[in-house]
Amino acid sequence: MAYSEKVIDHYQNPKNVGTLDKSKTNVGTGLVGAPECGDVMRLQIEVDEASGLIKDAKFKTFGCGSAIASSSLATEWLKGRTVDQALEIDNMDIVEELALPPVKIHCSVLAEDAIKAAVNDYRVKNGLVAVEEVALKH
Amino acid sequence: MSLKLPIYLDNNATTPMDPRVLEAMLPYFTDRFGNAASRNHPFGWAAEEAVDYAREQVAKLIGCDPKEIIFTSGATEADNLALKGVYEMYASKGNHIITLTTEHKAVLDTCKHIEKLGGQVTYLEVKEDGLVDLQALEAAITSQTILIAIMYGNNEIGVLQPVKEISNLARKHNVLFFTDGTQAVGKVPVDVQRDGIDLMAFSAHKMYGPKGVGALYVRRKNPRVKVTAQMDGGGHERGMRSGTLNVPGIVGFGRACEICMNEMEAEAARLSKLRDKLEQSLLALEEAYVNGNREHRLPHVANISFKYVEGEGLMMGFNKDIAVSSGSACTSASLEPSYVLKALGLGDDLAHSSLRFGLGRFTTEEQIDYTIKAVSDTVLKLRDMSPLWEMWKDGVDLTKIEWAHH
Repeated sequence: MAYSEKVIDHYQNPKNVGTLDKSKTNVGTGLVGAPECGDVMRLQIEVDEASGLIKDAKFKTFGCGSAIASSSLATEWLKGRTVDQALEIDNMDIVEELALPPVKIHCSVLAEDAIKAAVNDYRVKNGLVAVEEVALKH
Repeated sequence: MSLKLPIYLDNNATTPMDPRVLEAMLPYFTDRFGNAASRNHPFGWAAEEAVDYAREQVAKLIGCDPKEIIFTSGATEADNLALKGVYEMYASKGNHIITLTTEHKAVLDTCKHIEKLGGQVTYLEVKEDGLVDLQALEAAITSQTILIAIMYGNNEIGVLQPVKEISNLARKHNVLFFTDGTQAVGKVPVDVQRDGIDLMAFSAHKMYGPKGVGALYVRRKNPRVKVTAQMDGGGHERGMRSGTLNVPGIVGFGRACEICMNEMEAEAARLSKLRDKLEQSLLALEEAYVNGNREHRLPHVANISFKYVEGEGLMMGFNKDIAVSSGSACTSASLEPSYVLKALGLGDDLAHSSLRFGLGRFTTEEQIDYTIKAVSDTVLKLRDMSPLWEMWKDGVDLTKIEWAHH
C-alpha cells in the first residue's frame, strides 16, 4: 500500500515524540490500543493552569506508519487548544488531513480515543467528571 | 561498485527469473510455437520434444522418473490436484486427511473444501520450533486415514519438516504422503525416493523460473498412486491434468531445475553464510528473536521478531530501498497477525513484530550489509517512539496491563 506524502513526512519526522511527567496534576495521559492488535498509542497533554490552554503534547506509538502519523498530527493540533476544544478533534479530520485509506481509518479512531483518554485523565485528576466513556470497542 | 536500490529480499514470495532461463524459453514463444499435443507435424513434434526434455530436467532434480511429473499452472493447482484428487480416488478406502496448522493456504483452504464435501481433516498443531510432533502425527492416524499432507519447508519461517520420519510413519500405516515442496525444491536436496514421498507439489517461479508453471510429482511404483483429475478436457498429462501444455513455461521450468541441480550446493552454502551474518547482526539488537527451528531450516530464510516494534511500521522505515515481508497485517479488514507465527505459540505482539528476510541467487554481501544497517537504525528509531519499549525499560509488566481491545 502506498502511503500519502503527509503520512511519510510524519513517519520520518514525527512531531512531539516523548514523555511528560504523568504524576503532575496538570498532565493528562491516555494509553489506548493493545499490543495484540498491532497498535498502542500513548498521548499526553500538559495544561497551563493559568490560561487553561494545552501548552505541550507528546506521544509515543507502537504501530504502523498511519498510526504514528495520526498520533503525531494529533499532538500538533492539540497545542494551544483548551481541554474542551481538544475534544472537538474528530477522527475524520485526521483521515482527511493524512489522506488515510479506508483500511487505516482505525488508526485515526485510535488517535481520537487517545485524546479523549488523555483529557479524561486530566479531568479526573483535577476533580472533574470524565466527559464521556471513552469507547473501548469499535 | 555502487549499490543498486531497491534490494530484493523477498525470495520466498517469488524469485527473479534467471537470464539463462529466459534464453531457453524465448524460441518457444515464436519459432517453436507448436502445440505439444499435435502429433502429426513438425511444429507439434518440436514442442513435444522440448516438453519431454524439460520433464527429464525436472525429474532429475527430485530423483524421479519423468513419467511421474504432471505439469500444472503452479503449486496451488498442484496442491489442489493432490488433495482433492487423492480424496476422490481413494474414497473407498477412507476419507481422513492429516495436515498441519502451519501449511500454506493452498493446502489449508483445499482441506476446508474437502471437509465441506464430507471429508475429515485433522489439523495438527506444531511444536514451538515449527516442526511436526511425530508422536501426535502417528496418534492421529486412523483406519480412515488416506493421506498425510505436510510441507517440506515452511514459507514463512523456513523450517524443514522431518520428511523421512513422516514418510516412514505413512508407510507403516499404509497411508499416502503428500508434501508441498514449493520452498524447498531447488534450494535443498529433495529426493522422492530417499524421502519416501508419494506426491509433491512445486513451482518454477520460486526457483528462478517463470510464473504460471509448476508440477505435481505422482509416484508410479511402490505404491502406484493415482489422483482423480480436477479439470475435464483433452486428457493431457496421463489424464490427470487436461489443458494445452504451457510449452515456453515448461521449458523454462526445466532449465531452472537444471541450473538449481548444478548450483544448489554451492549456492546453499553461500546463502546460509549471508543469512547467518544478517541474523547475527540483527540479533545483536536487544529483544530480537529468531522464529522457528534454527537447525532444520532452509539456508536462505530468516524470520525475526523485534519486540516492541510493529512490523508494518518497521518496514516503512526502509521499504523504498529493501523489499522484505512482515508477519503483521495492520488493516481494519485483518488485524490478525501471521497464523504461522501464532501456531508457534508466539504472542500476537511478537507476531506483529516480525520480518521475513528471503535471500536469493542474486543477493550480495553488500546488500546484506546495507540491510543490517537500515533495519537496525529503524528498529532503534521506532523503539525510541514506542510506548511499549519505554514501559518495558521501566520494568512495567506489559502482560498485567488491561489493554483496550479493538
